[in-house]
Amino acid sequence: MRNKWVKRSIYIAILLAIFVGYPWYNIANPADATVARGLMPENVIKYGQDHLVLWGAAILVATAIGVAAGILISRPQFRFVAPVVVNIANIGQTVPSIGVLAIFMGLLGMGFSTAVFALIVYGILPILRNTYAGMITISPGIIEASRGMGMTPYSILRRIELPLALPVITAGIRTSSVMIVGAATLATFIAAGGLGAIIVTGLSVMRDQLFYTGAVMAASLAILLDYILWIIEEEAQA
Amino acid sequence: MVIKLENLTKIFQPGDAPAVDNLTLEVDEGDTCVLVGPSGCGKTTTMKMVNRLIEPTDGKIYVENEDVSKKNPIQLRLNIGYVIQEIGLFPHMSIAENIATVPRELRWPKQKIQERVDELLSMVGLDPELFRNRRPSDLSGGQRQRIGVARALSADPPLMLMDEPFGALDPITRSYLQNEFLRIQEKIKKTIIFVTHDIDEAIKMGTKIAIMREGKLVQYATPDELLSAPADEFVVNLIGGNYSIKRLHLIRVEEILKEPFTVSPEDSLDEAKEVMEKSQLELVLAVNGEKHLEGLVTPSSLRKEGERVGDVMDTPDLTVDSGATLNDALSVMLTNGEGYALVVGDENRLQGVVTLNAIMEALQDNEK
Ligand SMILES: Nc1ncnc2c1ncn2[C@@H]1O[C@H](COP(=O)(O)OP(=O)(O)O)[C@@H](O)[C@H]1O
Ligand SMILES: [Mg+2]
Repeated sequence: MRNKWVKRSIYIAILLAIFVGYPWYNIANPADATVARGLMPENVIKYGQDHLVLWGAAILVATAIGVAAGILISRPQFRFVAPVVVNIANIGQTVPSIGVLAIFMGLLGMGFSTAVFALIVYGILPILRNTYAGMITISPGIIEASRGMGMTPYSILRRIELPLALPVITAGIRTSSVMIVGAATLATFIAAGGLGAIIVTGLSVMRDQLFYTGAVMAASLAILLDYILWIIEEEAQA
Repeated sequence: MVIKLENLTKIFQPGDAPAVDNLTLEVDEGDTCVLVGPSGCGKTTTMKMVNRLIEPTDGKIYVENEDVSKKNPIQLRLNIGYVIQEIGLFPHMSIAENIATVPRELRWPKQKIQERVDELLSMVGLDPELFRNRRPSDLSGGQRQRIGVARALSADPPLMLMDEPFGALDPITRSYLQNEFLRIQEKIKKTIIFVTHDIDEAIKMGTKIAIMREGKLVQYATPDELLSAPADEFVVNLIGGNYSIKRLHLIRVEEILKEPFTVSPEDSLDEAKEVMEKSQLELVLAVNGEKHLEGLVTPSSLRKEGERVGDVMDTPDLTVDSGATLNDALSVMLTNGEGYALVVGDENRLQGVVTLNAIMEALQDNEK
């Protein structure tokens, strides 16, 4: 039990060390003035914050909508629309994230809220699909037993269906989380900031050190957030 | 709790043959009505119409003279115990939480729920300390089935619906649980609708048996009437001949018990020998003051060295519980190649002896 938390803390500490330490080192040792300008500490912090906020807003809303919609289409009276919804979700998934961003820029213009909006739409799909899959794979015998004993539909959802579908739903949320961290690096193209800004600058001024910094920060952030979600999932099931 | 089914009909798809066809049936208070018939004859459908998991196409169901179609389905179901074949235990909940399902829906206070869970676990023969916090996946099939029964009994409903509750168990466990359930039923006296496709189980568990075929009621009778006057060829085939053997399921060992010859483990061997001479079976049982069965004394054990009965007695095997049927007793005898079986009740209390002769006599009496 304590051992478990020690292990988890160490793992988180390592990921945090990479997320903070790698840019720190590069800020302290810039190859030249161009890199130094690209890695002004206040900018790096700002981009990191942007990225976290983009992720946080998108994953929260995507989870709320995805889980709700997944539950809805798994209800017997709506199940007939489920194949259509899941198919649209699957097709939507094949649109590259930059494409999603472009579509929403066309609709809503540039800026932070457009980026959040696009990330939400992008992130809903895996959550919706997994929620639906988790709900419909519960053994019919279990649902029938709960109905037969007199549980209300709400009780069945709360006490039986959601807990049983939880591992599949959280797997969807984690997939979505990783996707959002990745896609959020593109937010810079519509002037919404994020770690993508460092990468794009690095590419345009042709400085490896810059875009490695941005890339490593984004990657370690994705893994860190995924790991934290995993811990929440484990604890929710215990 | 009296249940009446009146001209009950269920047609799932327009144009299909009815799954249940104009069924009329009355179950009296305290009766166990067994619906029996080949697979697909409409037993489950009939049962599920009682708690409104399925709505009838036509006809009425009255529970205690109230038309169930006019009742709130949730309220109706909370008052009906429900056990299904695959048990339907919730895998993510502990045994205690599983059993507490209905009391929690009824918002009983925590303390009351805990006490009830422990009481029910003891009732179905599982130690609350050991089982309360386990998960269904930690249990054997037989144990899970007991939890299924305990869960259905949690809010003490007057009516129980049981759909092949012992269907998935091996024959020995099944017979054991059947006996145990009969013993529990003797105390709790529920009105029960019990579904099975196994005619032997029907004869054993039912006070009334409803034989169904293609959705129709073929015969509704007590097990005895069924065996002595089957309504038609279909019933005869279902019973499958061999009526004497079937009767073995019908008679309980309690009905033909013989008083055993007993000694105390403290008695001397000479005293035991005296008792032995009176026993035609050459079988003497050692019991303590509270009639707990301690040992078995045979002529060969009396030839052993020792002073007291306790020194020479053998471990008693060949026991059946007091709810057992003659069939159970006979199968114990055949397995061990002996002509007797010991009947023990709660806490291993000796109740008597069943002999092969007594079984044969009982069957002959019954034929007349
Ligand atoms: N939900 C359903 N939809 C359509 N047909 C059903 C449904 N449930 C049962 N049936 C049909 O009704 C008949 C009786 O089924 P059932 O009551 O389950 O039989 P039993 O329990 O006696 O084996 C069968 O022919 C079965 O296929
Ligand atoms: Mg059935």
